Amino acid sequence: MSNLIRGLMLATAGLTGFAARAADTMENAYWNLPKGVTDISNEVWHLHMAAFWVCVAIAVVVFGVMFYSIFAHRRSKHPVPATFHHSTTVEIIWTIIPFVILIGLAVPAAGTLIKQYDSRNSDLTIKITGYQWKWQYEYVGEGVSFFSTLDAKSNEARQLGSGIDPKTVPHYLHNVDNYLVLPVGKKVRFLLTSNDVIHGWWVPDLAIKKDAIPGFINDMWTQINEPGIYRGQCTVLCGRDHGFMPVVVEAKTEAEYAAWLAKMKGGETVAAAAPAIATDAAVDAPAAAEPVVAEPAAPEAAPVEVAAAAPAAAPAAAGPNGEKVYLGNCAACHQATGAGLPPTFPALTGSKVVAGPAAGVITQVLKGKNAMPPFAQLSDAEIAAAVTYVRNNLGNKVGDTVTADQVKKLR
Amino acid sequence: MAKTHDHSHAHGHDHAHDHDDHHHGPDKGVMRWIKTTNHKDLGTLYLWFSFIMFFIGGLMSLVIRAELYAPGMQFIDPEFYNQMITLHALVMIFGGVMPGFVGLANWMVPMMIGCSDLALPRVNNWGFWILPFAFTMLLSTLFLPGGGPAGGWTLYPPLVLQGGASFPLTIFAIHMLGISSITGAINVVVTIMNMRAPGMTLLKMPLFVWTWLITAYLLIAVMPVLAGAVTMLLTDKYFGTSFFNAAGGGDPVMFEHIFWFFGHPEVYIMILPAFGIVSTIIPTFARKQLFGYDSMVYAVASIAFLSFIVWAHHMFTVGIPLAGELFFMFSTMLIAVPTGVKVFNWLATMWRGSMTFETPMLFAIGFVFLFTIGGFSGIMLALAPVDFQYHNSYFVVAHFHYVLVPGAIFSIIAAIYYWIPKWTGVMYDERLGKIHFWLSAIFINVTFFPQHFVGLAGMPRRIPDYAVQFTDFNVISTWGAFLYFIAQFIMIYNFLRCAIWRKGMVPATSQVWEGAHGLEWTVPSPAPYHTFEDPPHVGDEPAAAH
Repeated sequence: MSNLIRGLMLATAGLTGFAARAADTMENAYWNLPKGVTDISNEVWHLHMAAFWVCVAIAVVVFGVMFYSIFAHRRSKHPVPATFHHSTTVEIIWTIIPFVILIGLAVPAAGTLIKQYDSRNSDLTIKITGYQWKWQYEYVGEGVSFFSTLDAKSNEARQLGSGIDPKTVPHYLHNVDNYLVLPVGKKVRFLLTSNDVIHGWWVPDLAIKKDAIPGFINDMWTQINEPGIYRGQCTVLCGRDHGFMPVVVEAKTEAEYAAWLAKMKGGETVAAAAPAIATDAAVDAPAAAEPVVAEPAAPEAAPVEVAAAAPAAAPAAAGPNGEKVYLGNCAACHQATGAGLPPTFPALTGSKVVAGPAAGVITQVLKGKNAMPPFAQLSDAEIAAAVTYVRNNLGNKVGDTVTADQVKKLR
Repeated sequence: MAKTHDHSHAHGHDHAHDHDDHHHGPDKGVMRWIKTTNHKDLGTLYLWFSFIMFFIGGLMSLVIRAELYAPGMQFIDPEFYNQMITLHALVMIFGGVMPGFVGLANWMVPMMIGCSDLALPRVNNWGFWILPFAFTMLLSTLFLPGGGPAGGWTLYPPLVLQGGASFPLTIFAIHMLGISSITGAINVVVTIMNMRAPGMTLLKMPLFVWTWLITAYLLIAVMPVLAGAVTMLLTDKYFGTSFFNAAGGGDPVMFEHIFWFFGHPEVYIMILPAFGIVSTIIPTFARKQLFGYDSMVYAVASIAFLSFIVWAHHMFTVGIPLAGELFFMFSTMLIAVPTGVKVFNWLATMWRGSMTFETPMLFAIGFVFLFTIGGFSGIMLALAPVDFQYHNSYFVVAHFHYVLVPGAIFSIIAAIYYWIPKWTGVMYDERLGKIHFWLSAIFINVTFFPQHFVGLAGMPRRIPDYAVQFTDFNVISTWGAFLYFIAQFIMIYNFLRCAIWRKGMVPATSQVWEGAHGLEWTVPSPAPYHTFEDPPHVGDEPAAAH
């Protein structure tokens, strides 16, 4: 009910106070485009506002005439209709005037568009790959690469009937485990592609959006002016969890960025604290990755706290935490409980495949099957941990431990 | 040309023959509706079918809005949500709006051009009866394991290829809908080109006939394109082709190009007949001839032409080259010019008229006002650099619902209020009609206006759940949607009173509206089962210019 009251109040405020409040609060109002933090996003914002005010001006004139006519030319006031039905002059005038207005909008728009398309002379390049339903970021030439998935708290809260109020989750659905970290003041070029279906990468504050298409490499660029955290999400329907693959960019000063990059290269991070991260270092030496290192990238993205549940009744091995890998990669479809969402997403609990030969499970994870995409992007150790986890938890009790070597052999 | 003419004569002859055989009126009972080749019966069937589909599609939209009432997943699984948005669109477009306009064309085109029936009555019957089967098949997918199609009505691969058992049924249903639309369109073209009453030259035709003629050409041009696109999807999935599969040398973006080459003209298919309806209604209630008849016809023709060269504005973010982006931005903006001409002409028709505001006029004015708002957001969306922000956000959802609901659907409602006295012989309840208009006009804005804001603020479309800052506008929108839906029952009651529970309803005169002009008003109300078996003569007075 309070929603209703709030809704009605808002509607009233929106209708009556819109124009009055417009002027000073337009820039970062929650009902308008953000002005953003790049030169381009500023230009886009001004174009948007220009187009908007042009429309308002036309609307005032056109609707003004219309309502005047409705008032003054109703039968009770104007019983005898005029008989004119044609005027070439007027028609030419109201063909030309819109044409001129449109040219006035098209010229600056073309100018901005040309700038947006000029991705030359970039300082660094990030390759973005869309997956169902997460993003992979590769710092081209730096050997740094990791996945970015919906954060665990949001993921928990967004399950049907979770009982968790999304309002208590910080940045609900706009938070990820690993931020894309970028330096401010540098021209960053993005290359976008996809591993499965078409996705769309959008950060409103940067005013960039482009589709990530399998078999294509698209490019776009940005140059961020202010440090900060900027949030967006996938914009192209990409299957069940389209609404749950956010984009979070953290812009750091150049020095902080350099430190972060060095840390990432040092392999200091990772798999443990953030399952999807797979730096080259981590891939080479997964066993070394256990120490709990606070995620360097994401102070706010609270290290995935997996509440409850002892990780695996199975023999614990050093290496990635199977439960975390599972929650980060598998739970979106198979659910945190392993119950799945039949028939599209089968249950793992009591599954014959899961309880069958380990090789079968590993192969399916590596190669995918039907709607299940391949997860070859995970490291051998991560896959081993996840497979071990599902075979010994979620109601399954196979009792074995899958090793990274087994996975390596089946690749 | 001469050959075509002969051909049509042959048809006209057969047709007359047909009538001789069935001179005693329609069959009794349900067989009347199954066997009928009468344009009025088929028009009625189309309109009922459209009503049912609007109802089903509307229920789906309520499922969507209910889930979006608050952040968090309340009622349904995201996969089912995706099925709802996909089927909502397919049902509303192919089941609601298009059959609605075809129903109106069936009823009114022969009566407006003074001929006895459509040129191809049996094809007309077939075209209609395909529809219930197609939609039964499409909707039955909801009961299959895995549910209905969930890849969006745009059917983009590779996502759509992940669909299960619903996929081939959806493709087959779309093929059937395409066949139905094409037969309907051919029928309209042949009828208009060959069966106009003596003296009715092309530039004397009522604008509704004109807009439908152009719409029919658009349909014939683009429905096969859609059929080709979905067939390629089918072979990609089942026969190992790689039209849209990059791994096999294909191109997923090519599908988008082909789809939108169909899809953009499709948008105009759903709005041009609306232009015709509004151009018919406003002069009647302004008691003044339509301003700029010729330019209205040229404007519709230009819009139809432009509709073929703007498709990639649906794809500004797929990475088309700069030159392409600029071309499609400019061509899209150009559409504002003929559209503007139409709006100005409607205003000029009202200007210094002598207006009354019966329900059809209210809906027509509501159309002009709200469709224009959809046009404004259209201009904003045309600006490619800004579209990078709007694209696939709720701003787009607001935009196309403004042109489709208070656009296309208001015009269908206006048309039914306008012509139902002619069809049924009784006046609808004017007071209820007005209440229906005001509730509809208010709640449609409550539903869709906030979606502009939430889209600008960053909410993407086609998501079942959203970040909490988007809550307020979604709450308003959901209230609007439910109330709008409920308000439509007033209309249904009103129309049922005219069609079925007619006791106590006021009989309509043959003229019905004092300001109305055109051949349909020269026949009695209700219109007899067969009209204009002897063609009327249209004099020098520009009949259509009213």
